[in-house]
Amino acid sequence: MSSQAGFREIEHTADWELEVWAPDLPALLEQAARGMNALSGVQIEQGPVQQRSFVLPATDSEKLLVSFLSELLYVQERDGLVFVSFNLTLHEDRLLARVEGVPLHSLDKEIKAVTYHNLRLRQTQRGVEARIVFDV
Amino acid sequence: MVALQDLKQISDYEWEIPRTYRQDMRVPVRIFATRRLLEKVMDDNSLEQAVNAATLPGLVGEVLVMPDMHQGYGFPIGGVAATRYPDGVISPGAIGYDINCGVRLLASQISYQDAVDHLSDLASALNHYCPSGVGGKGALRMSEAELDQVCREGSRWALKHSYASEADLRRTEESGRLEGADPDKVSKRAKERGRPQLGTLGAGNHFIEVDVVDHIFDPQAAQVMGLAEGNLVLQIHCGSRGFGHQICTDYVEEFQDAVRRYNIHLPDRELVCAPLSSKEGQSYLAAMRCAANYAFANRQVLAFYARKAFEEVFAGKLHNWQLSQVYDIAHNMGKIETHVIAGKEVKVCVHRKGATRAFGPGAPGLPPEYQVIGQPVLVPGSMGTASWVLVGTEASMQRTFGSTCHGAGRVMSRHKAKREVRGETLRKELESDGIHIRAGSMAGLAEEAPVAYKDVDAVVETVAGAQIARKVARLRPVVVVKG
Repeated sequence: MSSQAGFREIEHTADWELEVWAPDLPALLEQAARGMNALSGVQIEQGPVQQRSFVLPATDSEKLLVSFLSELLYVQERDGLVFVSFNLTLHEDRLLARVEGVPLHSLDKEIKAVTYHNLRLRQTQRGVEARIVFDV
Repeated sequence: MVALQDLKQISDYEWEIPRTYRQDMRVPVRIFATRRLLEKVMDDNSLEQAVNAATLPGLVGEVLVMPDMHQGYGFPIGGVAATRYPDGVISPGAIGYDINCGVRLLASQISYQDAVDHLSDLASALNHYCPSGVGGKGALRMSEAELDQVCREGSRWALKHSYASEADLRRTEESGRLEGADPDKVSKRAKERGRPQLGTLGAGNHFIEVDVVDHIFDPQAAQVMGLAEGNLVLQIHCGSRGFGHQICTDYVEEFQDAVRRYNIHLPDRELVCAPLSSKEGQSYLAAMRCAANYAFANRQVLAFYARKAFEEVFAGKLHNWQLSQVYDIAHNMGKIETHVIAGKEVKVCVHRKGATRAFGPGAPGLPPEYQVIGQPVLVPGSMGTASWVLVGTEASMQRTFGSTCHGAGRVMSRHKAKREVRGETLRKELESDGIHIRAGSMAGLAEEAPVAYKDVDAVVETVAGAQIARKVARLRPVVVVKG
């Protein structure tokens, strides 16, 4: 992981908040996904790597961030996969996502939803940053 | 951030943030709290979130905040807001992702003395019969058509399938079924998530708990409810699981565009809303009602399995081991109700997020036995501490759109609770206090430690002091089952 990209948990009374930073938007999405995995305490088990692909509208960056993480949560619950590898490309007004998942063994914590609360992508010296609140 | 000096003190239990605090506020914010409880939340964002909520179009009266408030996302937990029907708005974020998260209370005639030697077996039986845990799936396997029936019929579906009695339905908010649910307004994805999860508890702060009626404050009301000092009761706290979470997610996303279409400007995107009269608003209302009905049915199925657990442990040992329903009430819901505002009856959509409906004596929709005493209000405490049974009052009808508190309310982040509390140590401490614990995750147990919550007794003293609920009984936990 590049030191220019990362995530850290922020104290929040009831829910979970994550600060994420990366040089650009696709890298930010990847860091947010890795941060979400870390927050929910995913444990993986041995098994075949599975690929999933999806396309999301990308005209609204905040909405893209919420939709991307919500999509991963949904597929995680449906297929029992933890996504560990990300190939994300912005093409015109769409995100093309090719992700690789491994079998999920267990989770410490269930994330109910990714929220828009105070969500704002900011351009900073580190590139792009966001704070995301998860309902748990 | 809102500071204490921005608040006007109305009484020992009430404060106001005037409409002049911020230019975009449409109504004032009324806070129910003692100074001590208020000081506990001054460094989180609950009051700022209440001020943001006060900008929603079509609000009537005041935005209300209950003493168990804490910061949430968009709208504060413990918040109540009523919008004029049909020209006001409905906001999914002001109801929450866990639509119709709520509490069910069942009473028994089993005395603690008779049960004490069987409580460990009871904890294991409840843990066995009532599936819990992260993403947990239940024993029921439903087709999409059956799920649609649950959406339309709620607890009545459970009655048809022998999971409920008529008495259970009579003692459930709205008889366990909201009118106007339309499964066609629910996404395929939500249905896919909802199908395997009916009859499951989930994780987080959801639980099944056996308590002893520790003290009775209102003997008449307690008798009507079937509560007797020293007897066991059962609480179930859960909601609409992934089904409701997905419905809220879908509509919060859809409403991001709706606010632009209706030229609504908000300080926080999580507060997105649509006019109740609009196609979008009506669709959400119909989908939200599906999740509400799913949650009523969910708690009903869990009650059925909890009764099986009681039967397994007590049948043949005790005569009267049956559980009778006291009440089932939501604390995350949007309801179309009629309230008297400035002397006139007004139809409104009451958003309650972490706030319990608390209808007073004579309110429409209550079963005959509760017409005199008022509607039971169920206030679970934090794990290992007391829970409360209250009733709604005339004052709650007049001043809070028939609403009151819903629990203890967090004061410590989950992260900090996990740093400060070891789940296994906490489990041993609770067990040494005579509380039998069954928990899916020790980390999850640590997050829900009593130290992470406010004192529920102080919360209840506040709503009683403000007369927006009346005390009936205090409960003491003896078995806790958590996902």
